[in-house]
Amino acid sequence: MSDKVKRLTTEFMSGLLHSRVRIENGTAKIDAGGVHYRHLNALLRTLDGNGVERIEIHNVCGQRYIGTDLDGSIEIEIYGIPGNDLGAFMNGPNITVHGNTQDGCGNTMNGGLIAVHGHAGDIIGYSMRRGSIFVRDDVGYRAGIHMKEYENVRPYIAIGGTARDFLGEYMAGGVILILGLNLKDGESHKAKFVGTGMHGGVIYVRGGITNLGREVDVMEVDESDLRLIRSLVEDFCDYFSFDYDMVMSKKFTKIVPVSRRPYGSLYAY
Amino acid sequence: MKIKSYLSSEYIVERDQDRCIRCKVCVNQCTYETHYYDAEDDAVYSRDENCTNCQRCVVFCPTHAITVAKNPNAYRENVNWTYEAITAVKMQAETGGVILTGMGCDKPYLTYWDRLLLNASQVTNPSIDPLREPMEIRTYLGAKPDKLELEMVGEDIVLETMLAPQLSVETPILFSALSYGAISLNVHESLARAATEFGTLFNTGEGGLDPRLYKYGDHAIVQVASGRFGVHPDYLDIGAAIEIKIGQGAKPGIGGHLPGEKVSEDIARTRMIPIGTDALSPAPQHDIYSIEDLRQLIYALKEATDYTKPISVKIAAVHNSAAIASGMVRAGADIIALDGVRGATGAAPKVIRDNVGIPIELAIASVDQRLREEGIRNKASIIAAGGIKSSAEVVKAIALGADAVYIATAALVAMGCTVCQKCHIGKCPWGIATTDPWISKRVNPDIASKRLMNLLRTWSLEIKEMMGGMGINAVESLRGNRLHLRGVGLTDSELRILGVRMAGD
Repeated sequence: MSDKVKRLTTEFMSGLLHSRVRIENGTAKIDAGGVHYRHLNALLRTLDGNGVERIEIHNVCGQRYIGTDLDGSIEIEIYGIPGNDLGAFMNGPNITVHGNTQDGCGNTMNGGLIAVHGHAGDIIGYSMRRGSIFVRDDVGYRAGIHMKEYENVRPYIAIGGTARDFLGEYMAGGVILILGLNLKDGESHKAKFVGTGMHGGVIYVRGGITNLGREVDVMEVDESDLRLIRSLVEDFCDYFSFDYDMVMSKKFTKIVPVSRRPYGSLYAY
Repeated sequence: MKIKSYLSSEYIVERDQDRCIRCKVCVNQCTYETHYYDAEDDAVYSRDENCTNCQRCVVFCPTHAITVAKNPNAYRENVNWTYEAITAVKMQAETGGVILTGMGCDKPYLTYWDRLLLNASQVTNPSIDPLREPMEIRTYLGAKPDKLELEMVGEDIVLETMLAPQLSVETPILFSALSYGAISLNVHESLARAATEFGTLFNTGEGGLDPRLYKYGDHAIVQVASGRFGVHPDYLDIGAAIEIKIGQGAKPGIGGHLPGEKVSEDIARTRMIPIGTDALSPAPQHDIYSIEDLRQLIYALKEATDYTKPISVKIAAVHNSAAIASGMVRAGADIIALDGVRGATGAAPKVIRDNVGIPIELAIASVDQRLREEGIRNKASIIAAGGIKSSAEVVKAIALGADAVYIATAALVAMGCTVCQKCHIGKCPWGIATTDPWISKRVNPDIASKRLMNLLRTWSLEIKEMMGGMGINAVESLRGNRLHLRGVGLTDSELRILGVRMAGD
């Protein structure tokens, strides 16, 4: 890069830094209205690790990849609707969204927390490896697809409402908790093909679920499951101000894979 | 109820008992338990039905006592109902299973490399001797700018254009994706070391990279596929480039199942899946249903690595490759990897491997042509893959329009593979397509990387010889230079798609 290009880039970014960011007591407030995602994310990378512990991003409208390529434990509050791939490949930050998120929230996420005060779109937590996603309301299709786990490294997704089809598809590990708090009495989750291709991990369900994939079975929860459910529900109620006893008052069941090799007998060698 | 098998042995093992010294090398070397020693007879015998004709015992028998031959006891000759067709139906009837296989398509579809001939200088322009004259085959992969803006600063010329990140390889040959799990750590290490020493790149494949090999990251293309195995920020950071795998020539349109037998503890940790499970790669990446979605993942990866690395997108060569490639370039791919119908695999349903996709030669020509017509050829490099087995094929691929090629089968053959097509069983007697710790010791990275280096060195010299013969001293002048190709035995349509003239024309 020539000196001139470098200078222009630096000038543009410092211009943004001056016009859009206010820093007070370790909190940076960003006005993201009309800022391209590339510049917004460059701003976040500049602020991360430079004495800023908390970032508020206001007027967010569709900017993608917020939280990507950020490390460490920085707190990010998003006001508005972040675009696709919120927190993709994210590795540590703690994001709270005051609004809905679009598709791909937590895509291949490797650590940190995303708490969504609203709905989330399709494929949240795709191939998630670690960290947690909490969604107050509903999620779209294929939530938690291909979540992973190894030994004590385990990702978590908690959904307050309900989910669309193919919840937990291809799950190889991790935990999904789905609470159905917005379902009417006696109403079941309507997601179809739940746990299709699942070969690891577990889905905890509050309320009924009827349309399962062929590779899974429904089982009663035991005491160790309940310990995990309680701790996730406690966090969920903390984030979104629900009554813990109300949430725990209904029966939970779990969906687990029947086999670790669902397609083991499909082939001739 | 177990069904009696009607299948016969494909091969028979003949042992010259006069030469056999009962040393049991064959017994130890065969991982399929074909050979066994009978203490009572003090003789070694064979279970022919287990033999895959991998030639391991033949090579290691110290007295050359073993010959493996096609079983002469064949079915009645029939050009339609061949041995292969009959045994496939019987196997399916006996197991109810989809027939798996390894390596690339072995069907006699036309190999266009064999119908393309190279030019050489005679009289009217001098050929160049690469042993004594400079010859440039270093290749830069990545998006090139539409124009270069230069400015005079005092006495100096300064480049004002911001260049996209480039990969520099000392030869236009890269090692293609071979996933950890399909192959062992030793094979990954051998590829990594050879690529590093020679100054080219290896491709991790879709199974992640063991942290012990991160030190070779500068020479790694790290792959991101539908299963997202082993994909995390450190993995993306250590690679020289990132490749999104959409498809693979051996199995276009389907996902992958790494058989559970191969998912050992190391593999499970790297891929983050339970030990012994089948590693399932979904057929599509479920965040990519369109070109716009592809753009989203390309830019997710660019964001994740702060725009410092080229992003490659690999597709299987299929009917609409040219239009798809155009979309890929517009989506922001810096490199397009095309994998033809001969591209190999560690495991694929045989019916897919042998029937889906198009020859790489036609795909290179049509993609290059399309991108040129649209004026976007400079925005991405093309890497061609799929059964390339000689330096001549590399030269022909580049003349058709590729920037570089990927080789994988050739690299494995250099390490000992005999293309017996049983990679999916996971007990490769050559120690390559296995994760069994005992068997995989058969590949010694010190020796295997040397064999790979020798291959790269030889092919590179041969490429220079062929270029020199044409009077070309830089690989840039060969790229897409189809005037240096002539076709033999091809129809007008084939010549038109390849963009080459008939020999003699």
